[in-house]
Amino acid sequence: MSIGHTLLGLLESGPRHGYDLKRAFDEKFGQDRPLHYGQVYSTMSRLLKNGLVVVDGIEAGGGPERKRYAITEAGITDVAQWLATPEKPEPYLQSTLYTKVVLALLTGRGAAEILDTQRAEHLRLMRELTRRKRDGDLADQLICDHALFHLEADLRWLELTAARLDALAEEIRR
Amino acid sequence: MTSAPLLSATGLDKAYGPTPALAGADFALRAGEVVAVMGPSGSGKSTLLHCLAGIVRPDAGTITYDGRELTALSDGARSALRRTDFGFVFQFGQLVPELTCVENVALPLRLNGEKRKAAEARAVEWLARLEVDDLAGKRPGEISGGQGQRVAVARALVTAPRVIFADEPTGALDSLNGERVMRLLTDASRDTGAAVVLVTHEARVAAYSDREVVVRDGSVRDTEWAA
Amino acid sequence: MSLGTWARDLTLGARFAVTGGRSGLLRTLLTATGVGFGVALLLLAASFPNMLFQREVREAVRAVDGSEQVTSPRPDSFLHLGRPTVYRDQAISGLLLQPEGDAPPVPPGASSFPETGGMLVSPALGELLDSPEGALLKKRLPYEVVGTIGPAGLIGPAELRYVAHVDFLNADNLDGRGTRYGWSVPEEPMNAFLILLVVVACVVLLLPVLVFVATAVRFGGEQRDRRLAALRLIGADTAMTRRIAAGESLASALLGLLVGLGLFAAARQFAGTFTIWDVNAYPADVVPMTGLAVLVLAVVPVASVVVTLFALRGVVIEPLGVVRTSTPRRRRLWWRLLLLAAGTAFLVPLIGDVQISQTSIDSLSVAAGTTLVLVGLTTLLPWLVEAGVKRLRGGPVAWQLAVRRLQLSSGTAARAVSGIVVAATGAIALQMLFQAMETQFTQYSGEDTSRAQIALGFDAGNADDARGKIDRVRRTEGVSGVIGVVESHVWRPGPLKQGEEFSPMVALRVGDCASLGEFATLPSCTDGDVFVFLAHGKQGNPDDAFVTKAVRPGAMVALSDPHPHPSSPKGAKGAPAQWRVPADARTVDSRPDPTGMYEYGVLATPKALAGAVLDDPRAQVMVRLDPAVPDAADLVRNTADAIDPTAWVRTLKDTERDAAFSSVRTGILVGSTLTMLLVAASLLVATLEQLRDRKRLLSSLVAFGTRRSTLSWSVLWQTAVPIVLGLVLAVAGGLGLGVVLLKMGGQQVQDWWGFLPVVGIGLGLIATVTLLSMPVLWRLMRADGLRTE
Repeated sequence: MSIGHTLLGLLESGPRHGYDLKRAFDEKFGQDRPLHYGQVYSTMSRLLKNGLVVVDGIEAGGGPERKRYAITEAGITDVAQWLATPEKPEPYLQSTLYTKVVLALLTGRGAAEILDTQRAEHLRLMRELTRRKRDGDLADQLICDHALFHLEADLRWLELTAARLDALAEEIRR
Repeated sequence: MTSAPLLSATGLDKAYGPTPALAGADFALRAGEVVAVMGPSGSGKSTLLHCLAGIVRPDAGTITYDGRELTALSDGARSALRRTDFGFVFQFGQLVPELTCVENVALPLRLNGEKRKAAEARAVEWLARLEVDDLAGKRPGEISGGQGQRVAVARALVTAPRVIFADEPTGALDSLNGERVMRLLTDASRDTGAAVVLVTHEARVAAYSDREVVVRDGSVRDTEWAA
Repeated sequence: MSLGTWARDLTLGARFAVTGGRSGLLRTLLTATGVGFGVALLLLAASFPNMLFQREVREAVRAVDGSEQVTSPRPDSFLHLGRPTVYRDQAISGLLLQPEGDAPPVPPGASSFPETGGMLVSPALGELLDSPEGALLKKRLPYEVVGTIGPAGLIGPAELRYVAHVDFLNADNLDGRGTRYGWSVPEEPMNAFLILLVVVACVVLLLPVLVFVATAVRFGGEQRDRRLAALRLIGADTAMTRRIAAGESLASALLGLLVGLGLFAAARQFAGTFTIWDVNAYPADVVPMTGLAVLVLAVVPVASVVVTLFALRGVVIEPLGVVRTSTPRRRRLWWRLLLLAAGTAFLVPLIGDVQISQTSIDSLSVAAGTTLVLVGLTTLLPWLVEAGVKRLRGGPVAWQLAVRRLQLSSGTAARAVSGIVVAATGAIALQMLFQAMETQFTQYSGEDTSRAQIALGFDAGNADDARGKIDRVRRTEGVSGVIGVVESHVWRPGPLKQGEEFSPMVALRVGDCASLGEFATLPSCTDGDVFVFLAHGKQGNPDDAFVTKAVRPGAMVALSDPHPHPSSPKGAKGAPAQWRVPADARTVDSRPDPTGMYEYGVLATPKALAGAVLDDPRAQVMVRLDPAVPDAADLVRNTADAIDPTAWVRTLKDTERDAAFSSVRTGILVGSTLTMLLVAASLLVATLEQLRDRKRLLSSLVAFGTRRSTLSWSVLWQTAVPIVLGLVLAVAGGLGLGVVLLKMGGQQVQDWWGFLPVVGIGLGLIATVTLLSMPVLWRLMRADGLRTE
């Protein structure tokens, strides 16, 4: 999962201080793995270097966590590209997908599009597996089926999540 | 995207009462390709299939099949087209319970005016191709669901249609039978060059297709054609 | 199994019947309506004997008591004369009264005795007289309406009756002298043939009602089975589901009883407004016989339970659905034939056994035999449908769909149609019986309405008076021709011979040649001719020797009785006038006169008898009516009454009887049509139910391009095949039964094609059921059925 894109995405809704970013990240995506300040600092400096964010202001007292960052046009494009790029289908990618769906909702983009993109990617792989299964022996069939069922489970989970988040977003908007 | 589509639809609207089932749906199908129509339940998948097959007339929009505008055809002409050019597989409840399997498969041929003997001979060939020829003399009530779907597939293919419409053909089957039906259906359609419109909500079933489109809130997201 | 369990399950079932959601309630209402109609019909039928009995009671109560002989006038005595008449094909009963003292009893239904020239009328007659349609009748009854006859003096509320106070009754024209009303007349013997007809009609019309009641409790059975399956899922056992099903039917049947009682109560209010078979009754007289009513009220609920349990026999209700034993036992033929044979065994020995004049027949055997034959035919139907359909193959798709469907479940179709078999068979047999009766009665009377349509007879003071009356009839508007003779008698003059109690006597008719030619075949005739005409013993007439004893050409005859009975008021007039029969009088053969009678005696033209004084002359007139003049018959009847209110009037084309016949015919047709309609209703319900059950299938058939017409034809065939088979059975059975019943009375089949209207009705039913199921079929054929919710 890309911490840089996630932090960029969080900045899309408005400039934030470094510690704000960490708190928001931990709250939404951190769960059992909170970010270190160092991670935030190094990520933000890399983004600064690439011109994806700018420093919007520094509070008295200094320190990297006291800087206020804002996203640039290039940054927004980068987030969009990232969201639109399907993840490579593999088992247990839910955390990345989840992050993408939530970010999409937070930034006012549709979760459905992410889902459709991802489904297309999943199906591409599933089609390949299906083809292999048809031409292969029993062992191939069993292996392919295993992968197919997992991929299907991913998609179903994703679909369910998207449906739920859609409902949630509607509630927030209300 | 070299060849012109065999069946295409633009701007389809269809409402059942106050609920819109389709709202500006577009679709295109090339000859011989298998397209999965996916989407959450209630998204309008089946309605899209019914419109494409000329069973239901859309409120707005045009459907073109093989250079003919389907929406402009009379009910009788559309029925005739369905008999000659289209085949159908549904989830369940499509076999006539009183007729034997072979009579069920021969039914579309007989509706086209073919003689009973000839029709049933061809029906038996198709039953064999779908590995259910031993059921020819049985009634639908006496066979399993998976067998029934294979008989239904045989019936859909017996007229050598150019398009097969399959609406959740594995919806009532377990995984193994579902896989088998899908394999037989796609193999047979590829052999005969029939295109398939496959409505399903299962990714594993959709994986038998060449590409998929997604119906969402009555409009179609065509991942390939839209690009 | 404790009573408590039964009660619990039945109650549970009853609760389902009324709370089973919209479709459950619909089913209950449908069944209740069906059962209700059946119950109402049965109750009406149970009231019929009472109704007829009450009619007789009413008739007896209002009749003058003839059991008491009153020989001389008393203050409370009166002379009476029954004076029925016919007005525009309607029979009117009338009673003329002439009190001999000042205390005559008030006639039943009247509040007081009318003054001379006054008349009491029934409400129906009063209405007729007040309306423009009654204008002609008003002229015939020249009495002043002074009051109304109440129910006590009427047979039915629609009866046309009058009671008039007159002053012209005398010993010559009265029916009798009475002092009070009401006596028990012996039951008028009913013609054996009529009884046969009634017995068969009862059986024929009531059996389908029972069949219908049995069908009605099965309405919506498939839906109910699914509900029962759900009960199995939550733990009910098979026996329990059956009891619950029985409870459900019981509730519908009980509701049906209530509906039936309601319908009956409503229907009896209309008893007075309909006149069937001349029967028209007061609502109070329409009371079912207690025993029969109790039977109906008990049999219907019990039958509903039995039929339900019987219907569930071949059904296994599993928790996850209903399994019909897929290959039911093959239907056996033998016991069905046995029923038929038993019925025939009852009927065949009666062949030739029923005499037309007999008034009692072995109605039990006839009813039992007819019932068995009808039931046997009905049970034969499922076998016939199964056997008939089994052999059907091939054909177009619509035909194949229908035939296959019938092959799988021929029982359902056969059950629905069985009512048709009973109704049609019975109707055909009745039709044949009825035709024979109708023909026979008209032949019996031998009346030739092409020669004359009304016969009249008037007493006259002398020959001129009689001729005057004939002329008056001739001058009446609407009369195109008159056969008129002055009728009297001639006697052999001289003393009585050994062994004779009176002088030999024959009738003498004097009239013009044309009129005389109506009584005998005349080689030629001019005024002045005389003929002796002989009937050769035909129609039970005395043989020709009897005539020649009294009269011979050239012989002298007496024009009045030479040896009158001592008590006769005409006795002792001195020596009777004599007349010589001309020696050249020809002897000729009698021919039937327009009333169908062979007369005999002397025919004379006026010149031959000029100046002779005839004894007790009567004017006999037969009238040919001008069909172009409306009401010609009533104009003639009016003239007759104007000439003499006690004149003898007879309509040759016996319209009263014809009306009764045609009402019987209509009754049979209406009855069997109604029954067939009931059958059609249940057939329609079954078809619709089946169509609804296959909503998905129909939609998918449409999807792959099945034409609407293909499916419509399939519905038609599916209805038509069992009905046609049923009709074939009914025609064969009906003709057979009809022939046997006819042979019983020694009758011949008049018309082998009498079954055509019945077949026509049956074919109409096929069309009706098919047409009525079309809207539902077409609605179901829309693609909505494909949508999965």
